[in-house]
Amino acid sequence: MLAYIVRRLLYALPILIGVNLLTFTLFFVVNTPDDMARMQLGIKRVTPEAIQKWKAERGYDQPLLYNEAAEGAGKVTRTIFFEKSVKLFVFDFGRADDGRDIGHEIKTRMGPSLAIAVPVFLLGLFVTVSFALVLAFFRATYLDFWGVVACVAMMSISSLFYIIGGQYLVSKIWHLVPISGYAGGLDAARFLILPVLISMVAGIGSSTRWYRTIFLEEIGKDYVRTARAKGLSEMAVLFRHVLKNAMIPILTGVVVVIPLLFMGSLLVESFFGIPGLGSYTIDAINAQDFAVVRAMVFIGSVLYIVGLLLTDLSYTLVDPRVRLQ
Amino acid sequence: MPIILWTDALVFLLIACGIGSGFYIGRREYLLASWRRVGESRAGMAALTVLAAFIVLGLLDSLHYRPRLEAVAGQPANGYSSEVRSALDALLLPLRSGTEKTYSAPLATHLYARETVELPDGTQARVFPRLRHGGAHLQDPVEEWARDVSWKVARGLAFAVLAGLTFAAIAVQAAALRWGVGWPAAWRRIRRGETQFAWNAVLATLAVLLLLGGPVAALAGGYHVFGTDKVGQDVLYLTLKSIRTGLVIGTITTLAMLPFAVALGIVAGYLGGWVDDVIQYLYTTLNSIPGVLLIAASVLMMQVVIDTHPDWFATSAQRADARLLALCFILGVTSWTGLCRLLRAETLKLRELDYVQAAQAFGASATGIMGRHILPNVMHIVLIAVVMDFSGLVLAEAVLSYIGIGVDPSTISFGTMINTARLELAREPVVWWSLVAAFAFMFVLVLAANLFSDAVRDAFDPRIAGRRIAATAQGQAA
Repeated sequence: MLAYIVRRLLYALPILIGVNLLTFTLFFVVNTPDDMARMQLGIKRVTPEAIQKWKAERGYDQPLLYNEAAEGAGKVTRTIFFEKSVKLFVFDFGRADDGRDIGHEIKTRMGPSLAIAVPVFLLGLFVTVSFALVLAFFRATYLDFWGVVACVAMMSISSLFYIIGGQYLVSKIWHLVPISGYAGGLDAARFLILPVLISMVAGIGSSTRWYRTIFLEEIGKDYVRTARAKGLSEMAVLFRHVLKNAMIPILTGVVVVIPLLFMGSLLVESFFGIPGLGSYTIDAINAQDFAVVRAMVFIGSVLYIVGLLLTDLSYTLVDPRVRLQ
Repeated sequence: MPIILWTDALVFLLIACGIGSGFYIGRREYLLASWRRVGESRAGMAALTVLAAFIVLGLLDSLHYRPRLEAVAGQPANGYSSEVRSALDALLLPLRSGTEKTYSAPLATHLYARETVELPDGTQARVFPRLRHGGAHLQDPVEEWARDVSWKVARGLAFAVLAGLTFAAIAVQAAALRWGVGWPAAWRRIRRGETQFAWNAVLATLAVLLLLGGPVAALAGGYHVFGTDKVGQDVLYLTLKSIRTGLVIGTITTLAMLPFAVALGIVAGYLGGWVDDVIQYLYTTLNSIPGVLLIAASVLMMQVVIDTHPDWFATSAQRADARLLALCFILGVTSWTGLCRLLRAETLKLRELDYVQAAQAFGASATGIMGRHILPNVMHIVLIAVVMDFSGLVLAEAVLSYIGIGVDPSTISFGTMINTARLELAREPVVWWSLVAAFAFMFVLVLAANLFSDAVRDAFDPRIAGRRIAATAQGQAA
């Protein structure tokens, strides 16, 4: 088991190097630091001195890959590639454009992000799986038909509508919870309840339909017929047999997103003014703070790879036939 | 002067491909059979009718030209305006040019905000001023408004009924000729859904569309049917213009990604070995970056490129178009991995089948086998992926434009409409019509796309088709 995990982590290394090279190409080769400086300082009327100053402040005034001027190992280390890209591997993200340490910022913003994402994930999974089981239980009836119609309709509504509409209805018309904001400690619940509900509702349509398809596929299999032939009730068949066997396809889609919960939800966090990683990313995109975007890309891919690994490990928990070697 | 923007060219190319494959499929019975199953689906055909209406609007909006400048005194008229217009703009000229000062409610005759005006006797008063265009033909809005609106609605409805009856008559006549029966019999068969193609769904949807569209069209001449936005633009005009952007994003993106996904997926699955390793590495790497972030990074970089090279584009419309096209390609590059993986897995299965082994034994080349034997047998996966992706892309455009990494702010799209209107619900009094119009049109478009893609999937996915055959067999046995 341990050997398997170590080997998988080693496999992840080339992927991370690839991600790093890709972001490096995107951020420093497609556009030179000079282009970015000109962009940030305004296209017209920008002096070369101002560009030099901008680059020096951010450490972009070094050569890309190879520094002729430096001594010894400095030839390789005193370059943009080493300073900005290689250092990501030890989670040294450098400073944002406003001078704050990105690593510290990420640590403090992780909490609020998780405070939204974890309840959404758990509640959402519970609600959608239950709905899907209900639809599967009443399959080929009017309830099932209209349930699927409702799912398709809910899938077709933009997530922006859920957020804007929910905020308007619950906060502005009914005055139940504050429109936006965040507080530490237990007080946070007041601010969190609406975003959690809205993100959950926004995900119901597509997930319910997807789980329903999985359950229906399982219901058609031979072992279910055997279970019914033994005289088990439909409830027992659904919960004890179908649900258990449907775990594999469900886990495939679910476990991989668990680590990404850290990243938060871009839209919900920015609409509700929650100081999490999602709103941090949106702010960075709007301010064109490339250092932050680069850091988030790297963290995102690390978390994704962790998620893939977790998925494989979770298979061994639900399916004794799976052996990792 | 006609002008073809890059996205227009690709849209026309797409249509040419569509017509070409239509002919190709029409001559092959085994391909036609699956499409007939799509045609049997009532929900699918109703959705297709709605989509067709959207597509017609989108196509009209894709015929671009630069109007000739009016001759200025003393100079020959030989210049063209730098403004790019479309055929849809020309059709909707009264909507486009009929801008007001600021917000006005749907069908209103007065502005939504009070303004200080000078009265004839010299004193000042805070009143709701009359609109410049909405209801400007009324002498006394308070008295005449209700009568004028209901008269226009009635006229629109009458026109809709007339048009609907014409369509129905054409369909019934065609059916009557085909079966050699009289009109009443043909009508009964269509109404009861006894036709193979779901004509009743198409006609019913068409009737609903006409009954909604007729009054709107009749009213649009004199009023702002969906109101006006902050800078006084007609919201109906904005929503109609948004359709093209949504359609372009939904279709060109898949067009951009298909060659990569299909070629790499099949090659990886068929050749295996180091080629497979490289391609797998490529898509795992791309896949491991969360989509939004990769799109954000690419769009930010593209923005820098476009902004630092203003000399590449003659008009602002061309710049906005280049950005739209780039967005499509970026979305395509970030979304081909899923399809590529599916195709690789399917090719791995097909490679071991007898007919491929036979082709290998006959000495057919690898490219020949991949093109002649594997590609046609994975086309159903490609088709399902294309129609399933469409609705997701339309929704993604709105979100991306909201975050600020979507289309150019000057491009009219559902995303930019929602983005500019995001604070309107927080106003007192509430301005709801821009948001409602954008969300409603987007909902209809996406819902139609979802229903149609379900119909296509049900007809083409062999697993589902197989299940249906089993179900019919079971039903017959019972």
